[in-house]
Amino acid sequence: MTMTMTTTTAAASAAHLEYVLRLADSALVLGQRLAEWCGHGPVIEEDIALTNTALDLIGQARLLLTHAGTLEGRGRDEDALAFLRHEHEYRNLTICELPNVDFGRTILRNFLFAAFQAPLWEALASSRDGELAAIAGKSAKETRYHLRHAADWTVRLGDGTDESHARMQRALDDLWPYTAEFFAPDAVDDEVAAAGIGPAWSTLAPAWERAVLPVLQEATLTVPARTPFLSHGRQGRHSEHLGHLLAVMQHLQRAYPGAKW
Amino acid sequence: MTAMTAEQAWQVLARVADPEIPVISVTELGIVRDVRTDGAAVEVVVTPTYSGCPATELIEASIAAALREAGARDVRIRTQLAPAWTTDWIAPEALEKLRRYGIAPPAAARDGEQPLAFVPRIACPLCGSRDTERLSQFGATACKALYRCRDCREPFEYFKPL
Repeated sequence: MTMTMTTTTAAASAAHLEYVLRLADSALVLGQRLAEWCGHGPVIEEDIALTNTALDLIGQARLLLTHAGTLEGRGRDEDALAFLRHEHEYRNLTICELPNVDFGRTILRNFLFAAFQAPLWEALASSRDGELAAIAGKSAKETRYHLRHAADWTVRLGDGTDESHARMQRALDDLWPYTAEFFAPDAVDDEVAAAGIGPAWSTLAPAWERAVLPVLQEATLTVPARTPFLSHGRQGRHSEHLGHLLAVMQHLQRAYPGAKW
Repeated sequence: MTAMTAEQAWQVLARVADPEIPVISVTELGIVRDVRTDGAAVEVVVTPTYSGCPATELIEASIAAALREAGARDVRIRTQLAPAWTTDWIAPEALEKLRRYGIAPPAAARDGEQPLAFVPRIACPLCGSRDTERLSQFGATACKALYRCRDCREPFEYFKPL
């Protein structure tokens, strides 16, 4: 198999598992949010684009959750991890669980997140965890298209009509504080980085800014000042929105435990 | 039951059509990376195109069904993620089949950095004109974008380089 871990002597460290769950849950939760657009897009092309992005993210999440289940070694598969964990056990970035609100805000969040995933996958492609490196190498290609799609629309809407500009600026003002979580220093990150499994997310800030700032400028949007606000989804402390999202996503397995289709 | 050779297994797989683009086979698509046989047992190594491609499971089922029908008793499908699939693995003869089917074949995939605003000129698969415009980054499936020809006015899909 592609499992070429050099540290297979002991069970994976708790930090390693935690790190993979953060990647998996962020992809899964945003994928679930984007799936809400299915049948509701402003035009059919964008309905399809958002649901295709959702499919890619859910596909990435499936691979990552399967891997997390292997690392954990307690026999939980992707479905058990997706459908049978509670809110506080989820490790996604908070920004991924926020409501879509409107098309512009959905696009802007996709842009901010894809610009973060892109350098993350690139760094993970040389992870000492061979399976994680393989997933990252595959996902990097998909994320490039998500980023391009979201960047195009960010410019069109930001530098569009008075109404679209105003909505995009409001969305940026609201979403920007949540991007601080991407780069907040964190003990799990430090341990994983020291083991050569993945980058500490704080080191990705320069690459993210290089991708994000020129597009926001072209979109004529004003970048808000940083504030002390910090969200903690990565540590399992979520906004009120995740519980509602999981209630919908997990409904079937909760109502009919073990159901298969 | 007679033993199946790897060559015979490849021949069987060359007749398994992609469910979304039935004019090309799974081997032409470049997703079958290896075939190993041992008596009537066959192991097929498959690399998925996109992580979220909903056709992946159907393709695996079609591969297994075709091999069983051809006499293989024990069929194992192994998914291999690395190296990641690229459109460069699509067989040259399949590119022409795609074009005739109405899908503009992918340009060479260049790995690494690509400028965000780069929109390549894609030739219309119907009339050959290069005066085309992209309507959407994503077509009916994640692997395709939606274009329109400004000359013959027909919409068409473009298989995106990956």
